[in-house]
Amino acid sequence: MQIAHFTERPVRYIDEAPVLQNRAFFGVSNSYVDREKSADDYNFYLDEACYVEEVGFDAIAMNEHHGNPFCSGSVVNIEAAILARITSKAKIVIIGNMLPGVKHPLRVAEELATIDTISRGRLVSGWVRGAGSEQFFNNANPAYNREMFNEAHQFILDCWTKDGPWRYEGKHFHYRHVNPWVRPYQEMPQQWIPGVLSAETVMWCAEKQYPYLGLGTALGPTCDLWDMYADKSAELGYQAGPENFGYLLPIFCADTDEKAQELGKGFIFGGGQNAFSRPEHTLPPGYNSKSAIRMLGQQPGGSWLGVSKEKLMAGADDSWDASAYDALKAKLIAGYEKVQDNMQIVVGSPETCAQKIKDILSVIRPGVFTCFAVQGNVGDKDRLRSVELLGKEVLPDVRKFADEIGLFGPFDRTPGSVKLAPGTKRAPVVDREALAKLNLP
Amino acid sequence: MATWKEETQNLAGSDLVLIRGGSGKPLLVLHDELGYTGWMSWNEELAKDRELIIPLQPGFGKSPRQDWMWRHRDLANYYLNVIRELGLEKPDVLAFSAGAYTAAEMAAANPELLGSITLVGPMGIKPDEGEIFDIFASTIKTCLRQTVFNQEAKEFSEIYGGEMSAEQFELFEDARAESARLGWEPYMFNPSLPDLLRSAKNAKLPALLIRGSEDAVVPQDCIRKYHDALPQADIVTIKGTGHRPEIEDSAEFVAAVKHFLA
Repeated sequence: MQIAHFTERPVRYIDEAPVLQNRAFFGVSNSYVDREKSADDYNFYLDEACYVEEVGFDAIAMNEHHGNPFCSGSVVNIEAAILARITSKAKIVIIGNMLPGVKHPLRVAEELATIDTISRGRLVSGWVRGAGSEQFFNNANPAYNREMFNEAHQFILDCWTKDGPWRYEGKHFHYRHVNPWVRPYQEMPQQWIPGVLSAETVMWCAEKQYPYLGLGTALGPTCDLWDMYADKSAELGYQAGPENFGYLLPIFCADTDEKAQELGKGFIFGGGQNAFSRPEHTLPPGYNSKSAIRMLGQQPGGSWLGVSKEKLMAGADDSWDASAYDALKAKLIAGYEKVQDNMQIVVGSPETCAQKIKDILSVIRPGVFTCFAVQGNVGDKDRLRSVELLGKEVLPDVRKFADEIGLFGPFDRTPGSVKLAPGTKRAPVVDREALAKLNLP
Repeated sequence: MATWKEETQNLAGSDLVLIRGGSGKPLLVLHDELGYTGWMSWNEELAKDRELIIPLQPGFGKSPRQDWMWRHRDLANYYLNVIRELGLEKPDVLAFSAGAYTAAEMAAANPELLGSITLVGPMGIKPDEGEIFDIFASTIKTCLRQTVFNQEAKEFSEIYGGEMSAEQFELFEDARAESARLGWEPYMFNPSLPDLLRSAKNAKLPALLIRGSEDAVVPQDCIRKYHDALPQADIVTIKGTGHRPEIEDSAEFVAAVKHFLA
């Protein structure tokens, strides 16, 4: 198994009120940026990543988002390039470069190859379409998002493998002289693809034999998705295994359960992940496939439907009601408990965390496990203590357990390498009995 | 009610769904960026002495999407070929919002093929003052609300069939997606259009610009810039209405259109 540490590098000096008033992280004004505190945060997160390596994680995973204080990483390749030089062992996992938003795949190919070269082959390159809000921030036409993603991805692989110079005239990208004088140190970096229950992305990963990383998705639907991947793999003539799957779980560890519970509330700061962006920014036009839109439209009681004149006018007043603050906080706390019951967030002492992680691994059997560090205004000392406890006390136990139940990571066994003869029944990739035993709500 | 029907014809290389109703000289109607609202009272009034031909824009759920269309200019040239293949003799064109942007592109590309253009709350030209409202950064609810000033207008609650069904939700999303394909960047304007309209100016193509006085989608300055490009155009402002004067004050709207087309 490969165990990674991931953080969104949250902006830690902002108050919660502007986020709640904005009803989302995306769109909060950058007038709140504090230069000095921002410099502290950016430098701290690089130091934290070094500590992650020191205490025994296999990989440092990071991402980027734009235009919000949820994630301060706006240009992930720059941070990854620094880590390439200041770390020495850990894989540098980028999950991922948002190809349609960057709009310049040749530049991305060069940046990633540079990171891989400086780190002497430690890059794992993930690709993403970018959240809905990123399409607005980058002015990337969402209706062409999937097309641009596919084209840019193939173009980058060609940049890394085809001898130049060559000319490229695609649909969305055009280059008259492709001949990058930096190529990846590895023959081909591994590519891990994060996702949030998109069936299309899962099928694409299965076709490419790329590990798919579920981003804290509920265990039941995650099992369904893993099965979908494995069915597709079987069709394509290989047996999917743990090496094809990764899982990212919000985890905060402290010396006691009580302390962890208190600080772990950082996960719901500002509304947490669910408040990443408002609906109008989450679903830009054409971003979702036709089938996804159809499913959305048919959700019973979905707020999308029933647009009568009365409903339209009822939503016209979106001014902030300060008196609603307490009620909103109470709702968030209730949600915090609910996601813990559902095992989508784990907070606790090392013993508590280890047991819950092992329970989760038993069900979805991933070969990559990623600890998503706490959000909100948690200070340096408590963040580093969580990293330390996870690295020194939790991970050895988890690693031993993963070995016992055969959770090969993608660096232990190449994804797609276990061939399956046509007509052979594939082996299970998840354990639904173990899921039932968890008695999740 | 006038008899209207929905039919599919293979035109200019693809299937196109058309709503046709009324009789008389053809009036080509181009709907807006959210799709066809349904047959309303203004359609009924105009259909008394005109044949309304309303193509349902390719990619908006009913007529199949055409991959080769990247810009409103492409759609405009497609519609010009539709006019040719239908054998329409200098049809008048009545067009709304982004549909009016398309109509302006048609006029720029081939003014001799058209009888006149009536542009209602037209997008397509970048205003110097104000901004065209970003429908893509809005939910459908916000967007619909933004379009209407006179909320007491009876037909406000009847457009798009009233309550939004799952089917209508899908149609809206199809419309938004196709509108984004054509108009995401630059947002709903063509920087060349004012210059390209020189051909329509030189051809003295009759033009009418209609705007709701309280339009919160297309700024007043768009009308000014259209008028700079087409100085022969008449301008009608319908007081107390927003971006949908045809629904918000259909009597004034119909009178203005009929007067111009007479």
